[in-house]
Amino acid sequence: MESSSPQTLPLWTRPLAAVGRRAIRWVNHLGAVAIFFILATLKVVHPKQLAKIAYQIYEIGARSVPIILLVGLFTGMVLGLQTYHALVTVGAQGALGTLVALSLVRELGPVLTAIMITARAGSAITAEIGIQRISEQIDALDTMRIDPLRFLVSPRIVAAVISFPILTALFDLIGILGGYFSGVVLMGANAGAYIHRVQTSMELKDITDGFIKAGVFAVIVTAVCCYQGYFAHMREDSRGAKAVGLSTTAAVVISCVLILVADYIVTSLLI
Amino acid sequence: MNAPLIEFQDVTKSFGTKTVLDRVNLQINAGEVTTIIGLSGSGKSVLLKHIIGLLKPDSGRILFQGQPLEEITTGERKTGLARISYMFQDNALFDSLSVYDNIALPLRETTNLSRSEISRRVRARVEQMELADAVNKYPSELSGGMQKRAALARALVTDPRIVLFDEPTSGQDPIRKNAILGMIAQYQRQIGFTAILVSHEIPDVYFISNRILALYDRSVVFQGTPAELEDFDHPFLDDIIRSLEELRRELTDPYARSRFAMAHRELEKRRTGQDARGLPGENQHG
Repeated sequence: MESSSPQTLPLWTRPLAAVGRRAIRWVNHLGAVAIFFILATLKVVHPKQLAKIAYQIYEIGARSVPIILLVGLFTGMVLGLQTYHALVTVGAQGALGTLVALSLVRELGPVLTAIMITARAGSAITAEIGIQRISEQIDALDTMRIDPLRFLVSPRIVAAVISFPILTALFDLIGILGGYFSGVVLMGANAGAYIHRVQTSMELKDITDGFIKAGVFAVIVTAVCCYQGYFAHMREDSRGAKAVGLSTTAAVVISCVLILVADYIVTSLLI
Repeated sequence: MNAPLIEFQDVTKSFGTKTVLDRVNLQINAGEVTTIIGLSGSGKSVLLKHIIGLLKPDSGRILFQGQPLEEITTGERKTGLARISYMFQDNALFDSLSVYDNIALPLRETTNLSRSEISRRVRARVEQMELADAVNKYPSELSGGMQKRAALARALVTDPRIVLFDEPTSGQDPIRKNAILGMIAQYQRQIGFTAILVSHEIPDVYFISNRILALYDRSVVFQGTPAELEDFDHPFLDDIIRSLEELRRELTDPYARSRFAMAHRELEKRRTGQDARGLPGENQHG
């Protein structure tokens, strides 16, 4: 069969071919990220991993607490404010607690937490591993018989899978408090009704579904961010420090896009 | 007759369109200090990275104790690698770890030694490398020479049987340079390890080397003892000797020295004249 190079294609099909090539490259990358993740996960169990996992829980989890609290508080406050005004117009302000709690626990909590951790910890992971790659530190691990995937990637995966749900729970909690503050304290909604609706509207499934999403996002963020840093030296468009910078940007953008795509898929499976 | 420890058979390596190694054949014997010399960019570090397995040849074979590397099982490879240590040209120290943690890293991650034993071994290397004041510092807080010594300490802390040194003395003052070369020679005599050096320090490295390999124009053009190298007739040696002679002439030649003295006098004269006139800024304001 005759194959056509981009130059021999009819002019009008060239944009389509370019989109197709890009799509194939994307699928290739996703496959590579999946293999990378599986290989790193297989190396999680090792006697020397515990201290490294604990340190990464501190880096990814504990150090993200302030930003999660801040974003969670204001998200809840805005949600309380907007929802209250909308409910007043239909005379259903009693449902404020239900709307705030369910929006946060089912959707906003896991998604915004994951995006915030991507921005704070995910970018740092890519930059750190990328610099270690271009300065031959990862090669040095190889020469010392230290598996770089076990040493650098596996602890981060475990730490993220532990940290994401906990931070999501924290986000939900502070968000509900933020909704209380804006809806009840500032706008004058009934405090008892708010708390009662929060308690009665949520089921255990809502919370576990939120945690499942958080776990899925943890896997996506660490796999993408570690992969981008680990292969920063393989970029075709740049070298050295610039490659690390571009890889960091790519890690954040790809992670955020995949979080939203995965959110839809997981929601449709769980609902 | 025993097989050489490492043997390259027609090894070729290219990066894109640039061929760095072209059908390289060489042998490295166990228990010797072998130095690879060559001009900058001649592929010395690339050759070293093939030995440790960081790079794979495009064609040709690398044999480890007579066995092709690709046929060695993972277990055998691990056992073999356990005996090899590599010191990178740019040190490759972990910049987020202190000097102590950098040196202790291979012991912590690949052995089951107790914390006190690791500390004892690390302290011993630290003393040896005169790094006692730097143990708690990060690599970025050290001079280039100290970083080099920290990398050397890390390479030797596991008591390896084969050590690959990529420019171990670059950036060192003459006293420390001699100390490092002396230490490599002393270790070799005491433990009988195999040292493979890449170095520019010609002819200093000749004193500790049993064998010299010369890389020139993408292939090995000489393998033999330092004494044999003196009788070697090749454009490579002409280049090396010429560059050394030029450097010596630049530093010691009476004409070069007189030129330096003239330039110095000229500078002094200009400075004195400027002082007599006062500084330009002062003239403007005065």
